[in-house]
Amino acid sequence: MVALSRAGFTRAAGNVPPSWRERLEGRALRPLATGGPAYFSWLAFLLAVMGWAIYAYSTQVDQGLIVTGMRDRISWGLYIAGFVFFIGISHAGTLLSAILRATKARWQMSITRMAEFITVVALMVGALFPLIDLGRPDRLLHVFLYGRWQSPLLWDVFAITTYLTGSMLYLYLPLVPDFALCRDRLGPTAQRWQRWFFRAASLGWTGTVRQRQALERAMTVMMVVIIPVAVSVHTVVSWIFAMTLRDPVNSTVFGAFFVAGAIFSGIAAIIILMAVLRRLLHLEEYITETQFVNLGYLLGAFTLIMGYMNLSEYVTTGYKMEEGTRFHFQQLMVGPFAGLFWFYIIGGLVIPGLIILRPRTRTIKGIVTAAVLVLVAMWIERYLIVVTGFRVPLMPYQPADYLPTWVEWSVLGGAFALFAFLISVFGKLFPVISVWEVVEHRGPEPSRSKAPAEEAPHRMTGTMSEGGIP
Amino acid sequence: MTNREMLSPPPAGAVPKSGRRRFLKSLGSGVLALGSLGALVGAARRGPGIENGSAPHEGVHAAVPGKRLRRWAMVIDLRQCDGCQSVDKPPQCTQACIEGHFAPEPMQWIEVYEGELPGGGVQFIPTPCQQCQNPPCVNVCPVAATFSTPEGVVLIDQDRCIGCRICMEACPYDRRFFNWGQPPQPPEALFVEYDPEHQTPARKGTVMKCNFCPHLARAGRLPYCARACPNNAIYYGDLEEDLATNGREVVRLSRFLAEHSSYRLKEHLGTEPRVFYIPGHGEGVGHDSYRGGRKATQWPWQKRAEGAATWSR
Repeated sequence: MVALSRAGFTRAAGNVPPSWRERLEGRALRPLATGGPAYFSWLAFLLAVMGWAIYAYSTQVDQGLIVTGMRDRISWGLYIAGFVFFIGISHAGTLLSAILRATKARWQMSITRMAEFITVVALMVGALFPLIDLGRPDRLLHVFLYGRWQSPLLWDVFAITTYLTGSMLYLYLPLVPDFALCRDRLGPTAQRWQRWFFRAASLGWTGTVRQRQALERAMTVMMVVIIPVAVSVHTVVSWIFAMTLRDPVNSTVFGAFFVAGAIFSGIAAIIILMAVLRRLLHLEEYITETQFVNLGYLLGAFTLIMGYMNLSEYVTTGYKMEEGTRFHFQQLMVGPFAGLFWFYIIGGLVIPGLIILRPRTRTIKGIVTAAVLVLVAMWIERYLIVVTGFRVPLMPYQPADYLPTWVEWSVLGGAFALFAFLISVFGKLFPVISVWEVVEHRGPEPSRSKAPAEEAPHRMTGTMSEGGIP
Repeated sequence: MTNREMLSPPPAGAVPKSGRRRFLKSLGSGVLALGSLGALVGAARRGPGIENGSAPHEGVHAAVPGKRLRRWAMVIDLRQCDGCQSVDKPPQCTQACIEGHFAPEPMQWIEVYEGELPGGGVQFIPTPCQQCQNPPCVNVCPVAATFSTPEGVVLIDQDRCIGCRICMEACPYDRRFFNWGQPPQPPEALFVEYDPEHQTPARKGTVMKCNFCPHLARAGRLPYCARACPNNAIYYGDLEEDLATNGREVVRLSRFLAEHSSYRLKEHLGTEPRVFYIPGHGEGVGHDSYRGGRKATQWPWQKRAEGAATWSR
């Protein structure tokens, strides 16, 4: 109990000036209690965008996929590109937070929650795209009735549902102590549903040694399990392309290429979300330049990995220059897609790499700029993989063209709105910073570590100190 | 054995009990055998709605135990094909296929491509579904809507297809077509009872393609395309009987293929097509190899197909 006592003083002395830890809790919990008109008009705006997307989709259901720009020869388009993109973003989170947790990197403690959060939300949005893309959404059940495990699409179904379940658990586990914190700290100021929700979600957490051991064990297991699951997800996403005989995508490097691209775009997404939340929720004290610079280094490293992947892909096929490869290289590098392709290479890999390389530009502003460039470029890369891959003629015919219609753009816009909406709403349900982990890694305030032991046990809040874990 | 006997239908009542069951078994229904989940799925699959939809056809009419199995094949003699320039009409194989199957515009289940010859000039290549024996499309289908029959024909069950179009991505011959909108078919198409062997009436949001007309063959008739070819360039037959015919002559299939240095499209992919080509550029019918161009295909009922939309490929 000696160890526990150090954590048990949270509100023991209410009159002392707010300590570092109380400030943290205040900052982290404040958004849960407030929601001004700006917040609600933001939500209303997102809902309007989603409503428009639903209208667009309803025309598609009514008339068929004829309302899209897709046709027989380029039969996948914006939707599948969106699928790959969002599933890619989802890698940010869980993989990043699991790897950093596993390697015991301390600096990321304040951003793991956001990372895991992006994973869950991006997966939910990304998984919608293949359903939107179906010609017969009414027969979705056939996937479960007649599913063939030999089909790459079924691998996607298995992998994504596993990953979604796993990453929800992985988001939830470290949330339990924070839910308890909300339950104890928000108290009567919270609304009724909030009190009910926090009580239920905290699973009776009081921070006893046994509970902490159980949590620690569960998190270790999830952390180890989630890494191979995450890798498998983007590998099988790439295999819906690589398992076919089409020239540009018939590639052995595709699995690794997609996983690398996924982590790359995921890191960029985290950096952007981090910057936005930091500004909106005034988290400057906890998300400092350290987090940006460290993630920036990671992003920089991945520009190199992506560059290497592109090199492997294009040099090995380009050296031999088979017929389909020649067509593909022409359309990509000098033909109709040259602008997009070179933006991806230069704007998405070279420039962000240089921004991070130069100490003068390696600032928060510079790194966020690099992240925005990377995210846009990775979206373009996904689009290019889908569309240019299909465009290489299989037989002697004129290459087809594809232009997304307003329906596809609207649905895509709706997906981004849904992404933002889920983040905005979930951001009200739990603290976006993992309070107990940040506290644990900073350690209790020296002046308060001598709090009397007898006060502690019945007042345990949902936090714990580093002393509690054997 | 005469040609007539070769193409005779199987005795009535000899249809096996369930094609789908056999088919699924062969595809490894292991995934469905996950204990109670498997039972649940089995119960759901026997549900009335779906069973009515996709009927016990699925091209196993000829898969009678103890009887020789047909292995349908096609030979296209490119020496005889001039893209129907000599008759001054749109390619008649395509045209007859469209009319016989009510293929919605712009689908050309057998399409006459104009290939460039290495020394200049053109070669007309009528291209139906290649009926691969290692079919990439069947491999990737998530719901077994497209499948190989025991006779070696690749069919699509449009009552099961979910419209994901991964088969169209997988097909290396560009031989799959999607009903992007309400498929334009003439009103009389609605009289037909649906069967994957003729795919009519067409279903919105599903994939279609050449079905190799085994139903016609079993009834002693050649496929529409073979019958319509003015130069009799298309042979249809059975690898098992080792016979094929273009409607005018009967050939011993293996010898015919060997003696005319036959080849298959994209042989290196290992898809093992059942469609063979005899190299040529219409020289058998006096085609000038430098004269390209064919007439545009027509879909004669387009005006009569109410409320239907067309699209381009």
